[in-house]
Amino acid sequence: MAEVAVGKVAVTFTVNGVERTVETYPMARLLDVLREDLRLTGTKEGCGEGECGACSAFVDGRLVNTCLVPAIQARGAKIETIEGLASGAELHAVQQAFIDAGGAQCGICTPGMVLATVALLREHPEPTEAEVREGLAGNLCRCTGYMKIFDSVETAARAIRARQDAATAGEGGAS
Amino acid sequence: MRANVASYDVVAPETLAEALTLLADEPGVWTPMAGGTDLMVLFEAGKLPTGRYLSIHGLPELRGITVDDDAVTIGALTTYSEIRDHAVINADLPMLAQAARETGALAIQNRGTLGGNIANASPAADSPPALVAYGAELTLVSAAGTRTVPYRGFHTGYKQMDLRPGELIHSIRVPRRPASEGWVHFYRKVGTRAYQAISKVCFAACARLSDGGVAEVRVGFGSVAPTVLIASALEAALTGARLDDAGLEAAVAAAARHEVAAIDDIRSTARYRTQVSENLAVAFLHALRAGG
Repeated sequence: MAEVAVGKVAVTFTVNGVERTVETYPMARLLDVLREDLRLTGTKEGCGEGECGACSAFVDGRLVNTCLVPAIQARGAKIETIEGLASGAELHAVQQAFIDAGGAQCGICTPGMVLATVALLREHPEPTEAEVREGLAGNLCRCTGYMKIFDSVETAARAIRARQDAATAGEGGAS
Repeated sequence: MRANVASYDVVAPETLAEALTLLADEPGVWTPMAGGTDLMVLFEAGKLPTGRYLSIHGLPELRGITVDDDAVTIGALTTYSEIRDHAVINADLPMLAQAARETGALAIQNRGTLGGNIANASPAADSPPALVAYGAELTLVSAAGTRTVPYRGFHTGYKQMDLRPGELIHSIRVPRRPASEGWVHFYRKVGTRAYQAISKVCFAACARLSDGGVAEVRVGFGSVAPTVLIASALEAALTGARLDDAGLEAAVAAAARHEVAAIDDIRSTARYRTQVSENLAVAFLHALRAGG
């Protein structure tokens, strides 16, 4: 028989490679658990109803709106937030591209835009404009008018391909 | 105003059997919760009733897509993303793939489920018209056993459905409709924008053409009635019709106009919805002529 939750429950999951346990209400939004219990404030709240994408994170490898995930459904999950994207001091290529191409203004949508771009480029390393628009359709920005964000996606795609080409050439040279 | 999070019990059983036992032992107490993409919106708005919720999200028995010669069976907890990316669904049931792709956007599609969409019973949902047009069947499961019902007729009124206490939607069986057997598919969602929009009108129709005529046709509308609408008059106007019949266009338009029961609400007006419904019915006829 399932345990009936009364008050807070223990929820254990992995965040950015580290196992964490929080005591929280089962219906608490994953967004609030990340921001308030774990102080991972890179994940933003925009609309709170799954429209804007500011609260996006990867849960078990899939981009989701953390405002719509009750904490109990994150039990045992592998969560990756914007804080886990960089490798130490080195930014992820998508983060660097948003800086280089001016894809961030006020910054509230940016973590979600960056993660949606990561998800997009995993599926479509050379995205068409239609694929970029579809891939970012769940992320709203009220500052940029989107064009510099689209430029950032293209910049990131080129940078990732250049890095992969260099790695392939390096392997080729060593063999 | 946001709800008080402490007023909600949620349990997450690990097996279907455990979930069904809980539902059977305490009838009416537990509200099932799948991907949460509808319920959590209500929660944030302070409109989700307090009480006890049964998270079925993780139940492996209710996930996955299986294919046989005649049909595709979709577990109730299959996500829109899994539907959107499935090769046989794209080939033989393209309206389901399209509906999945036009529901919310990626992050919603990764979490929202087909069974949740059905049980949420919104008349504006995007998959139900396609399920009506494909003649889907639902398998319902409870501690007492399983039963299978046609999806057409499952919704009995606004937010009402033929789901007994203690029952969960187990899976959705959809007969394959390959183009090679003469099936034509026509799906249109009309919303304010391409993604993250709730429909003003949704239209799904599937017909089998034979010798210049319509041998078989099913049509569903969304957002124009208290439930997904089975377009019986439109189906009757088209069934057995010759596509070169000059009067067919007027008959189809009249049928659609008379059977929709659209209302004014925050998303659209009755007048707009009725006109668009009529236009979509005629556009479907044009698609049949192009495909026949």
